[in-house]
Amino acid sequence: MKTGQFGIDDTPVFVIDQSRCIGCEACVQACAECGTHRGQSLIHLERVDRAASTQTAPMVCMHCEDPTCAQVCPADAIKQTEEGIVQSALKPRCIGCSNCVLACPFGVPKYVAEFDQMMKCDMCTDRTAEGLTPMCASVCPSEALWYGTIEQFRDTRRGTLFRDFLFGRQQVRTKVYTVIDDALAGPLDVLADGRRSWLDDPFGLEETVPR
Amino acid sequence: MARPPLTDDELIARYGPHLNEAPPGGWNAGIEVDRVVKTHCCFCGQQCGIKLKVHDNAVVGFEPWYEFPFNEGKLCPKGVKRYLQGSHPDRLLHPMERDPAAPGGFRQTSWDHALERVVAEIRRIQAEHGDDAFAMLSGVSLTNEKSYLVGKFARLALHTANLDYNGRFCMVSAGTGNKKALGIDRAPNPWSDIPLADVVWVAGANVAETFPITTSYIWRARDRGAKLIVQDPRVVPLARTADLFLPVRPGTDSALFGAVLHVLIERGWLDHEFIDAHTVGFDEAAAAVADMTPAWAADITGVPAARIEEAAEWWGTAATGMMLHARGIEQHTKGVDNVLAAINLGLATGKFGKPGCGVSTITGQGNGQGGREHGHKCDQLPGNRDISNPDHRAAVAAVWGCDEADIPGKGMPAEEIIEAIHDGRIKGLLSICFNPLVSAPDANFTREALDKLEFYTVIDFFLSESAQHADVVLPGSLHEEDEGTSTSGEGRIIKINAAVTPPGEARRDWEILVDIARRLGKGDLFSYANTEQIFDELCRASHGGTADYTGATWQRIEDEMGLFWPIPEPGHPGTPRLHEGGRFAHPDGKARFHPVPFKPSAEVVDDDYPLLLTTGRVVSQYLSGTQTRRIAALVAQYPRPLCEMHPRLADTIGVVDGDLVTVTSRRGSMTLPAHVVTTIRPDTVFIPYHWPGAQAANQLTNRAVDPLAKMPEFKVTAVRVERAGGRGATTDTRDLGLHEASS
Repeated sequence: MKTGQFGIDDTPVFVIDQSRCIGCEACVQACAECGTHRGQSLIHLERVDRAASTQTAPMVCMHCEDPTCAQVCPADAIKQTEEGIVQSALKPRCIGCSNCVLACPFGVPKYVAEFDQMMKCDMCTDRTAEGLTPMCASVCPSEALWYGTIEQFRDTRRGTLFRDFLFGRQQVRTKVYTVIDDALAGPLDVLADGRRSWLDDPFGLEETVPR
Repeated sequence: MARPPLTDDELIARYGPHLNEAPPGGWNAGIEVDRVVKTHCCFCGQQCGIKLKVHDNAVVGFEPWYEFPFNEGKLCPKGVKRYLQGSHPDRLLHPMERDPAAPGGFRQTSWDHALERVVAEIRRIQAEHGDDAFAMLSGVSLTNEKSYLVGKFARLALHTANLDYNGRFCMVSAGTGNKKALGIDRAPNPWSDIPLADVVWVAGANVAETFPITTSYIWRARDRGAKLIVQDPRVVPLARTADLFLPVRPGTDSALFGAVLHVLIERGWLDHEFIDAHTVGFDEAAAAVADMTPAWAADITGVPAARIEEAAEWWGTAATGMMLHARGIEQHTKGVDNVLAAINLGLATGKFGKPGCGVSTITGQGNGQGGREHGHKCDQLPGNRDISNPDHRAAVAAVWGCDEADIPGKGMPAEEIIEAIHDGRIKGLLSICFNPLVSAPDANFTREALDKLEFYTVIDFFLSESAQHADVVLPGSLHEEDEGTSTSGEGRIIKINAAVTPPGEARRDWEILVDIARRLGKGDLFSYANTEQIFDELCRASHGGTADYTGATWQRIEDEMGLFWPIPEPGHPGTPRLHEGGRFAHPDGKARFHPVPFKPSAEVVDDDYPLLLTTGRVVSQYLSGTQTRRIAALVAQYPRPLCEMHPRLADTIGVVDGDLVTVTSRRGSMTLPAHVVTTIRPDTVFIPYHWPGAQAANQLTNRAVDPLAKMPEFKVTAVRVERAGGRGATTDTRDLGLHEASS
């Protein structure tokens, strides 16, 4: 029934571009429809500060190359697949201690009391194994969540892909990419005028506008 | 006697809205799938492709349809959860009659009895008060086939002039403006033109919440370096990253457009060759904006003059540009003016008929485009023909096999029908797919009107708030229970496929209408065996009209993933982009400029009502909410209306986020929590309109209409806002990290 979108020679990557998020929650709703965890959404969607902005931020598991959650798990319950997908805690092993919840630098794992188990995004392994896009990136209307090859991204999208983070002294490389503005990738023109945006004063309340 | 038989609470207890939480059998039932049906979302005019998973005659889930070119699998939350409207506990399964003594206020009856009573009441009312005293209201969630059938049914079976549709509250200003300026009522571009634009100007369209999929098209343009201009009283989600934001005061869009045209002329950013070769009326339009300087417009619109000049420069100097507008500029007593003023900007700069160029409405309702072409508008016949034009009438009469004189003339538009019911000129009503009690302006007036009907019958799948007033309720079909076509906002005819059959005794809508026609003695005019036969007749009836479907067949529509009309002959490839080569649909092939002087809205602020209310939608709800207020996950996203206001306004009222406020207009008042955000103009409040009763924003809105389009002014209401005392919830307490289903 299903037809793969990606062949075996393709190596699609998952990309999050938070700036494109419109907060519609299609990802949240679609995640809960996934065949392996029906009724449970495993994606995060944060309202950053609704009083000040409509900015929202979706967050899937970043699938770290050397995952902190697994490092701190006393029960060795968090495993990676060969493809580098970090999975939810193995149910028989998980002791519900929440070390992973506290340790993850991205705040991804959640301890679900109802199941006494840590659960998190597994990158829709049931779909990606068949060459299909994960559910959230399938439906995302703004392509803030995106799945495809790096070549496709560079051909069609603006922004620079990025996956190395420094948390204090801990360096983390993730399987999932984020996007930063090309301008921020440098070199930085330090003598240029400061960038002024209408966002500083959306309604012209500070400008000398005839009212 | 069209009063609700019981109290609201009693009716809600029996007929909902109840919340459907999970697919049939619950989340843990496992997903056995018998088949997967390729069809489309039942909600907005984007008409996204979707695959529905079916088991045991129930829709149990969805799968993205990656191959459908418009949305490539993308869906908004409504599309994801749409399948939960099926197998719903509130689904109407039997014909019912009003009976205050019966449990729930309605008594189950047989189809035969229900339809005989409907026919007897139609005959009685028409005999006593004239044919036009029985009216019909329809809606454009219906397929093209059903929309066409409704038009023919009302004119030939009911023999009433008074048929109109809910697009009167949605797309009708755009349609009227497009016809006047361009000679044709269709979006001029396929959406694939948006990524080719160097400037995308979104005017009065909360794209992220009401047409979410269009966001990806706009970003594809931006990925190429396009600039984005957003014109809105609120910093809507798409506006947050816009290159330029025009924070227009509600009701002043035409002043803004006028000032932009003024600047284009002053700076010479015009396409004279295009204007001379392909348009008429430029001089008159230019004269009308001679005094509309950016400084003048800044005062009226609240948009800083420098931003108006910058918008004009971007639009005027870009090689390609698309303006997308929606209800924000259209739902006004000058909605047609606003649309004409927007089109003037496209004509002045030659931005029509070329890749990446156009000024286009974004059609709101599911079949808002197709539904408004084939004859359930009060002034229209199939093929977007004019019911007052003798040649058009004769052409349609020939297809219908009737005398031209048998087709009634132009009827009343929707709001006038409601007013005529209120003042007693209309006594009977049949409605389908329309919930005016929630969607029409001045809800208290609408309720009084429905109460006054001598007889009201409703075809619906849930007991909507309007249907609670019905004498006879006829259980019709959901989108996934019937097949046909719809025409999306870009003018693409697409195929809707049935996934399941109607449950219980519910029937397909078209079968109900054909049965009533037969009982009215008009069966010979409605002898269809299936909806494909209705489509074939529709295509014949559209032949030679502007909305020409002649070459369309169901087979082609499916094989070619949709067809763009006009398709004037068999084998014609369809017409994705209109006006190529500068050929417009007026007889002389030229587009019309229109002079648009600025006019104030029907209501302006004063000491008693010092603030502007504007209404609209949220992403998780659709129109009057008959479907989406019954799906738990969508309700959880935005459970109740909130009154958005700027902290400066909140300070003057003395409220903080979550405090209850009472919003009062000249027609009514409502109390709801204040949602204090810096993303709205300080002189404006916003309330979404999806809810009924005490939560209905339309208790406040104005029945004043556009003189041409008859569109009510939903976007501008003068109100006052006062502290009510008490607190309500505005904060979203859900944990979206792990969003648990309850079963």
